[in-house]
Amino acid sequence: MESTVLTALNFNAYFGKNQVLKNINIDIHKNKITAVMGPSGCGKTTFIRCVNRMHELTPGATVDGKMFLHDEDIYSMYPILLRRKVGMVFQRPNPFPSMSIFENVIAGYLLNGIKLSKAEKAEVVQDALERSALWNEVKDNLHKKGTFLSGGQQQRLCIARAIAMKPEILLLDEATSALDPISTASIEDLLFELKNNYTIIIVTHNMQQAGRVSDRTAFFYLGEMIEYDLTPKIFTTPKDARTQNYITGRFG
Amino acid sequence: MASDKGITLRRIKDYLIKGVVILFAAVSVVPLVLILFYIFKQGVAAINWDFFTSLPKPVGEEGGGIANALLGSLMIIFVAAIIAIPFGVSIGIYLSENGERLLARNTRLVVDALQGVPSIVIGIIVYIWVVQPMGSFSALSGSIALAIMMIPIISRSTEETLKLIPHSMKEASLALGVPYYKTMLKVIVPSGLSGILSGIILSIARITGETAPLLFTAFGNPFINLNMLKPMHSLPLLIFNYSTSPYDDWHRLAWGAAFVLMSFVLLLNIITKIASRKWKVQF
Repeated sequence: MESTVLTALNFNAYFGKNQVLKNINIDIHKNKITAVMGPSGCGKTTFIRCVNRMHELTPGATVDGKMFLHDEDIYSMYPILLRRKVGMVFQRPNPFPSMSIFENVIAGYLLNGIKLSKAEKAEVVQDALERSALWNEVKDNLHKKGTFLSGGQQQRLCIARAIAMKPEILLLDEATSALDPISTASIEDLLFELKNNYTIIIVTHNMQQAGRVSDRTAFFYLGEMIEYDLTPKIFTTPKDARTQNYITGRFG
Repeated sequence: MASDKGITLRRIKDYLIKGVVILFAAVSVVPLVLILFYIFKQGVAAINWDFFTSLPKPVGEEGGGIANALLGSLMIIFVAAIIAIPFGVSIGIYLSENGERLLARNTRLVVDALQGVPSIVIGIIVYIWVVQPMGSFSALSGSIALAIMMIPIISRSTEETLKLIPHSMKEASLALGVPYYKTMLKVIVPSGLSGILSGIILSIARITGETAPLLFTAFGNPFINLNMLKPMHSLPLLIFNYSTSPYDDWHRLAWGAAFVLMSFVLLLNIITKIASRKWKVQF
């Protein structure tokens, strides 16, 4: 049996009066990769930004409906605690420019004032960098600034920074769209490794990527979730005409 | 061949305008260089060990130095910076974070207006608000007057610096579960440190030579005084007093003090350049 990590119930999100998510109901399964795909403006990024409550940081942005992490209502948790359980990787790599690679990986601990001994720090850093497949490339330069890395390396550094906090869910917001194909491939390989330990939600407008990496795919269109199923089913026998049109390239 | 002629004409115009621009640039630089050279020539003759270490001599006696003013200036500026930095930086952070709120727009307007208030007026205001209630002239009131002049410079440069920091930095930090205030203090401000520091140093350079706000506040003192609550001497005051005096020897000291002041400001500007290069953060 697959267990559910995240549940959305009749979930709506708004920017001011503009409704961007309409009545979303979804279960995200543990240790699976769920892809959220759809054309630009379909609400897919808003959806994952609601999961770690980054959505509400935009002035005028509101939500209603319910979202649960296990059995806990996300919208009655402290956002600070929630975000430590739900890591996020953004579209553009954004390592902290004032910090070294080493500091970037444990930034979540440093910035939150969580004390670690020297040995613990070294262990967390090595572990996170190994998991994000960056260790071999940077192990001799850990104290250089993170911004000296290439774009793909920076993005893996951001993944290391997110997983160093040992989150339950990892959100990737079009995390490979700013990268070249080789870096993209290495991050996709990485996701296969990571799903043993984490539940992953990726947002992508790249159908091939959704098809390659995900176990389940949700198709969003104009703020609605049109269809959600096992990825092979979505791509071979979609139930909704709009999904079919999208995956066959008739729009989007 | 009409078009050829047109091009020749354009090229002539091009050279002409280039020449005029260079000419005006040179014309405006020449007096500046002359002033610097003159201060250097007059001032450097006054500089010796005694100049830095001894007090001014009474009228009629040769020699003496500016130790009291030098020490006083450093102390007044130091205290002014301690007062101005927290205010200036906080205002800058607030403005960059809440740019379009009504309070922010009004704050920006007030800060800009403050920058335009004549320094003598600030001196008079501090006289009324601080010197009169305290019952005496004091170095502290001088520091307060200078701090008021520093705040707009610091807050403006802080605001402009922080506005340039990509929003993604803030999101990265918040997404790690870092509270807002820690995000500001540990991520955003350190990323903008070079700009904030240069703003602070430039504001110090800007007020170092201010005389008017000190006339009614720090007042001046012929002796070395280390008590911030008592009147204290400073370089601009010394230059003002001595240059308007009838004694050649005092003129000599005033030139020397002007030279020291100028070198100090030059040094600050060089430090600013180095600091902003050293702390520059690449995104």
